[in-house]
Amino acid sequence: MPPSVTLAVTRYRPEQESEPSLQTYEVPFRKDWVVLDALNYIKDNLDGSLSFRWSCRMGVCGSCGMMVNGSPKLTCAAFLSDDLPGPIRVEPLQYFPIIRDLVVDMGDFMHKLKKVKPWIIRKEEKPLAEGEYLQTPDQLEMYKQFSMCINCMLCYAACPIYGLEPGFIGPAAIALAQRYNLDSRDEAARERLEILSEHDGMWQCTFVGECTKVCPKSVDPAGAIQQLKLVGAVDWFKFLLPWGTK
Amino acid sequence: MRPITPFLWTLFGAGGTIAALLFPVHLVLSGLAFPLGALEAPSYDFLYGLVRHPVTRLYLLVVITLPLFHWAHRFRYTLYDVLQLKHLYRLIAVLCYSAALLGSAVAAYTVWHIP
Amino acid sequence: MSPGTQYTPYHPKWYRHRVSVWWWLQNRSYVYFVLRELTSVFVGLWALLLLWQLRALVQGPEAYAHFLAQMRRPFFVALNGVGLLFILFHTITWFNLAPKAMVVRVGGKRVPDWTIAGLNYIAWVLLSVAVAAVLLRG
Repeated sequence: MPPSVTLAVTRYRPEQESEPSLQTYEVPFRKDWVVLDALNYIKDNLDGSLSFRWSCRMGVCGSCGMMVNGSPKLTCAAFLSDDLPGPIRVEPLQYFPIIRDLVVDMGDFMHKLKKVKPWIIRKEEKPLAEGEYLQTPDQLEMYKQFSMCINCMLCYAACPIYGLEPGFIGPAAIALAQRYNLDSRDEAARERLEILSEHDGMWQCTFVGECTKVCPKSVDPAGAIQQLKLVGAVDWFKFLLPWGTK
Repeated sequence: MRPITPFLWTLFGAGGTIAALLFPVHLVLSGLAFPLGALEAPSYDFLYGLVRHPVTRLYLLVVITLPLFHWAHRFRYTLYDVLQLKHLYRLIAVLCYSAALLGSAVAAYTVWHIP
Repeated sequence: MSPGTQYTPYHPKWYRHRVSVWWWLQNRSYVYFVLRELTSVFVGLWALLLLWQLRALVQGPEAYAHFLAQMRRPFFVALNGVGLLFILFHTITWFNLAPKAMVVRVGGKRVPDWTIAGLNYIAWVLLSVAVAAVLLRG
């Protein structure tokens, strides 16, 4: 076990430079430390000007996503010991515009989440007097996996299609759409399918599958996308039926 | 005009499934084993008699045309993403599907006109 | 945010890396993906070879013999050999990924991925044996 490890961290100060660069820091090595601990050590002891996002430090808030040695990871879940002997490269999440140091702009992501109408939509709302919507455990099971997303954006950092075509709606948004489409209380699957069938929608996906690989919550966005493609394809052929579409 | 992408994806899926299930055996036999003499090749008369049957004709038509459309769809996206030729979006789409259509037309013509 | 504020999607000081044309060499998954996509080239090529074989067959015994002779040439042996590797790669990746799109539920429980994939493999073996049986009969 080495006494210390080197971190090479992206610095970008737009007020004084036009391009990001890597700055190295020597950080004590502890076998139970994660990259986030190292970054906080840097900020507390070596360089207070380093900017980065973090919050819960236990893998549920989705704030601390960064590239660790080229892979998108939650820095609160990336042990230093996994990337020894170092130097460990810590860079901002790939394919997003960099605001400062390790902080990226999330606006595009937030916009895309909203685009798929991630809320229960009913043709007619049930009056309060009729009580709550009931859902069996089996009905919950249908969409539960897709509801586990913590909006950490690792899947977007892993998706080369998003990198090449920033208009692409992206894995998390599509998985979120499927979460609502499969919810027994929702009645807007057709509406969401139309949104996802637009030019920069789900058909841009070529099933690279990297999004599912990096997801810290096993949401399997790639699976959600392929399921929706099949639904979209079957739906397309419905015009052949004499009794029309639903 | 409703987008045609779901239809093209279906062709891609059907072609990919046909290719996955049937191409290995055809390639091993007709592409390697028979020409190289590793296995005794079927006689010309046998093959010709086989091909004349309407079921075989349909089989061959399906086995040639659908994989061509599988190639067209997948190759189109490969050019967009790997070679970053998105600015030639329309041209690439037209070229790929036209090539597949051409191959399919030749296959259909051949299958129809077996004496 | 107050109701008057509007999100600005671009800011001149935000830094955007250009995605390199070599992005797919960045890690193993991406290389694997590109190889998988390139299998379509060999699928297309083999479809054309099948068409060639059919046309040669229809044109008569000499044309068909010529086709077989061509397949014996080193160029085509190499092409078919490499093609076989790529097409097998296509088959394996295709069957392993099929369960992602085809979710089958029996009695409320989802059929596991390996079952769907396994059924595809079984179908592959059965169909291959059937085709081989037909062709080897002559």
